[in-house]
Amino acid sequence: MTEPLLKVQNLEAWYGESKALHGMNFDVQPGELVTLIGRNGAGKSTTLRSIMGIVGKRTGSIRFDGAELIGKRTFQIARTGIAYCPEERAIFSSLNVAENLTLPPVLKAGGIADAELLRQFPNLQRRLKSQGTKLSGGEQQMLAIARILRTGARFLLLDEPSEGLAPVVVKEIGEQIRQLKSQGFTILLVEQNLSFARKVADRHVVVENGKVVDTLTNSALEADMARVKTYLGV
Amino acid sequence: MFDHISMQLLLGQLLIGLINGSFYAMLSLGLAIIFGLIHVVNFAHGAQYMLGAFVALLLLNHLGIPYWGALIIAPVVVGAFGLLMEQTILKPLRHLDHLYSLLATFAAVLIIEGLMRLEFGSTGLPYASPLPGGVNLGFMFLPYYRGWVVIFSLVVCIATWLLIEKTKLGAYLRAANERPEIVESFGINVPRMMSLTYAFGVGLAGLGGVLAAPIYQVSPSMGSNLMIVIFAVVVIGGMGSILGAILTGYLIGIVEGLTKVFYPEASNLAIFVIMIVALILRPNGLFSSPESSR
Ligand SMILES: Nc1ncnc2c1ncn2[C@@H]1O[C@H](COP(=O)(O)OP(=O)(O)OP(=O)(O)O)[C@@H](O)[C@H]1O
Ligand SMILES: [Mg+2]
Repeated sequence: MTEPLLKVQNLEAWYGESKALHGMNFDVQPGELVTLIGRNGAGKSTTLRSIMGIVGKRTGSIRFDGAELIGKRTFQIARTGIAYCPEERAIFSSLNVAENLTLPPVLKAGGIADAELLRQFPNLQRRLKSQGTKLSGGEQQMLAIARILRTGARFLLLDEPSEGLAPVVVKEIGEQIRQLKSQGFTILLVEQNLSFARKVADRHVVVENGKVVDTLTNSALEADMARVKTYLGV
Repeated sequence: MFDHISMQLLLGQLLIGLINGSFYAMLSLGLAIIFGLIHVVNFAHGAQYMLGAFVALLLLNHLGIPYWGALIIAPVVVGAFGLLMEQTILKPLRHLDHLYSLLATFAAVLIIEGLMRLEFGSTGLPYASPLPGGVNLGFMFLPYYRGWVVIFSLVVCIATWLLIEKTKLGAYLRAANERPEIVESFGINVPRMMSLTYAFGVGLAGLGGVLAAPIYQVSPSMGSNLMIVIFAVVVIGGMGSILGAILTGYLIGIVEGLTKVFYPEASNLAIFVIMIVALILRPNGLFSSPESSR
């Protein structure tokens, strides 16, 4: 096995006084697409936010590409080559689509050029002058993913991109994500939609009460759907 | 009723209103940037304006640096002072309610003005006009310097507005105002950007002070008197609305000038009457767009 790109060990995180993560352990190999699955409130988003350094306090170890991220500030973490797409998408209403798309600065070589982004996300092309938040939910999600691809980050944290979208849009997003994987991006994806998750992922990390309780390969997930469904409570 | 009012008086007061409005616009612009982008109600704005005037005066008297040099140096000095204030008293309060930073800047006013009064006394000190003379416009005599103030402040206001609305830096600022942690997750040092934004707004106040030095007397209290009007302008224009602050600044200056013609007794009240009416009719400010009223 190669050296993991991301290695999370004994990660604990707090929001003020309340503890949300109770010792997370998992890793992600280069080029892999790993999902975090689990019930509402399990700590999936908090895990991504902890990697990005946007929680109150975190302890343990997050090693990325050989460097320790605990103790680094958010903008420094971004500059190591990680990009984050939040659950609520965070499209800026005071910026139009073009401004939203080109807001993240190019930090390293290896990002996708703007013209290429528009080819890859053709829906955005027509709406460049619209206010960012006037887009449909699906278009906002495309925009939120597209804009983090230009920075040169090769490791993407995507928080529930399928959430609240119509099946046909979910399918489209799924294709986009598969394409990103084929372009060599390493992806850590939070997902509750199992049928979506199993179409794109290599491996699934099950989170419960701020801890990793199980890890399954995609084929194991297929084989043991019943067990996984009890984790998710569906 | 108004037949005793001459055209001459009217145009003269309009022009004076425009000159005062130039100061209102520039100062409320800085205040609106600071409030709109970093959510600090900068009570020290008037004191920082006063410091700009004093820096210009000291540069001239002690180093022989004339007005035109002070126009560049003083805003930088005052902006640097703002940065120091931000790092020492505002930064620790950044994650608390806005009321704390408001009180901190208010305390700063008392300290700054107190120290300046100890050092320089409270009487106004003169600063010679760098552009003596003037031109007779027919309805009034316009000193060249006041014409310069109107044009220069207009240029500064427009340039600042363009910077915020049309540049990449401005886009970072507007986005960081909505979701600072997301902008930071793009690799931008948002805390430093916030600090520099405060320094920039303070630098604008300092620039206003330099502009004011040859017109008004340079004194430790010159900012406090103006501050009340500036706050009213920012409230009328819509707290944090950049364009609103600029337009309302000029508008209030002109309205104030016109009231002096038609009803001189009320000229000091006019601003506050407008503020109350504006707040009742458009509580978010005359120039606030629906999205900026969040
Ligand atoms: N900003 C916050 N302040 C305080 N507590 C929070 C905050 N965000 C999340 N929490 C708490 O932390 C825990 C983990 O939340 P998190 O958002 O990581 O869950 P999640 O697995 O992403 O859930 P979901 O599937 O609903 O998105 C929950 O108990 C939640 O209530
Ligand atoms: Mg979540």
